[in-house]
Amino acid sequence: MKILVPLKRVADPDNANKVKIAPDGKKVTSEGLEWKLNPFDEYAVEAALRITENKTNNARLGEVVVVCLGPADARQQVTQALAMGADRGILIDAADEALDATVVVDALEKVVAEEKPDLVLLGKQVVDGDSNQVAQMLAVRLGWPQATFAAHLSLPKELNKALVTREVDGGVAKLEVTFPAVISVDLRIVAPDAVKNGNTPDAEKYPEGPRYPSLRGIMQAKKKPLAAKKLADYGVTPAPRLEYLRFEPPPQRKAGAKVPDVETLVAKLKNEARVI
Amino acid sequence: MANVLVIAELFEGKVRKGSLSAITFAQQAAPLVGGGYDILVAGPGAKAAAASMTGYGAESVLVAELPDYVAEVYAPVVAGAGKAYKIVCATATTFGKDLMPQVAEHLKAGMASDVVKVVDEGGLAYVRPMYAGNVLAHVKVKTPIQVVTVRQTEFEAAAAGGGASPVKDAPAAAPTPAAARVKVAGFEKVVSARPELTDARVIVSGGRGLKSGENFKIIEALADLLHGAVGATRAAVDAGFVPNDLQVGQTGKIVAPQLYIAVGLSGALQHLAGMKGSKVIVAINKDPEAPIFSVADYGLVADLFQAVPALTEQIKKVL
Repeated sequence: MKILVPLKRVADPDNANKVKIAPDGKKVTSEGLEWKLNPFDEYAVEAALRITENKTNNARLGEVVVVCLGPADARQQVTQALAMGADRGILIDAADEALDATVVVDALEKVVAEEKPDLVLLGKQVVDGDSNQVAQMLAVRLGWPQATFAAHLSLPKELNKALVTREVDGGVAKLEVTFPAVISVDLRIVAPDAVKNGNTPDAEKYPEGPRYPSLRGIMQAKKKPLAAKKLADYGVTPAPRLEYLRFEPPPQRKAGAKVPDVETLVAKLKNEARVI
Repeated sequence: MANVLVIAELFEGKVRKGSLSAITFAQQAAPLVGGGYDILVAGPGAKAAAASMTGYGAESVLVAELPDYVAEVYAPVVAGAGKAYKIVCATATTFGKDLMPQVAEHLKAGMASDVVKVVDEGGLAYVRPMYAGNVLAHVKVKTPIQVVTVRQTEFEAAAAGGGASPVKDAPAAAPTPAAARVKVAGFEKVVSARPELTDARVIVSGGRGLKSGENFKIIEALADLLHGAVGATRAAVDAGFVPNDLQVGQTGKIVAPQLYIAVGLSGALQHLAGMKGSKVIVAINKDPEAPIFSVADYGLVADLFQAVPALTEQIKKVL
């Protein structure tokens, strides 16, 4: 069983309000901000590890390969995934700003052809571009079934299909996809009992959230294979379908006033704002 | 000739109100590509639901009677119909987000997600938020067909203006081979007497400060009094207090009610990204330095466990 997890680095999402727009409006820069692994991609790594291990005896049941499109510095984010427990990494050299969904899908299509994974498991969106397109486009490109926004995954012992729980508008939808498939994950996928793989006993619970790399994991990560590739190695020439003309800051909202007590608040809401 | 195709989403046999925002988008975008717009109603009960869409100024209403939603069945139908248009659009609900990138790939089209504004910059362009709403990008789609999802809160629901668009069948299209490997295994509807977050006039949202799911009762009591919806922060969802479909923020629902009451939440920028378009914002938090106060019209520094029940009682007195 092999899972491919695509990764992207993003400017520290907890400080996304500190990104800067160049004076000519042509570029967004994140100088001074730390690069982080896109949170949803980190969750996908965690889910992939839970699928491919028996938690009770640490036996590995499959391979997790991570692939990142980004500049050479993004090696750090790939290594983080390896330190969490992924087996192998691929870093495809690409400038962050040259990536749109189409370029990523073009490259991933070729990586899938080479790696032949049973499952592509990825974050539902990157939190810089916020486009939420890659999983769905890749599924069409590969001719594989898709399940987006997975909050819970349940696999049989054979790890050949997944019952996917998706939290959608108006309710909870369940889809069963037979591998090979593309699954994108939502934030609840790292809840303690969000992934069942038919090997780890169902009663086992994980700690909340993605795992931290252990010291041993960090040491091992240094020895794990990390292939450095170029887009050209896969015959991909970036051909974005979108053209970003310029960027601007959003209108700022002004802070109002503090009110001393509940009575004043209600009076203001009724008489000044007229919303109750 | 219609150049824009709007995809209407069905829920329990009726067109979702959110789809009316995509119609408003189409009304703004269509003149820039010369022409009018059509509406495609696809899903179980589409034939019956099509009648409700004939009064919205479309040149035609197309109908595709389909089984329960899976992308592998719907995307070929929408793409098949969509190839006759310059723009194919839907509202960015979970349905639109799941379906439209597939449609774009079928059409080899570029896609602009979560568009908030239509602009003319030497041709049709869109404004869309990035970086949790901290940057607005002006973007052009370069392919002959453009695929767009629109942010519901930024386009008012289209009003039915009479008229009678003719209803036609959409061209049939076979599911992709991948459809054989995906099976709908159930849908559990969330039964709630409260309005949907994206439709609500009032929203009361709770954060980690609520400390437990049980404590959301005080949020619900206030929301119910105001006929409002209940929202939550990502931290509250992460902690398991409430389901993810109540999440307001960058990766949850984007809302813009008349009144947003933020309770026990600090105002992480991922949350602000989902609610700072609200008309009036009230913040209740015991930490006077909480960032939520920087966007709140009215801030109350107080212990929420006392302030919220007191607020509910006080509002009862004046309603």
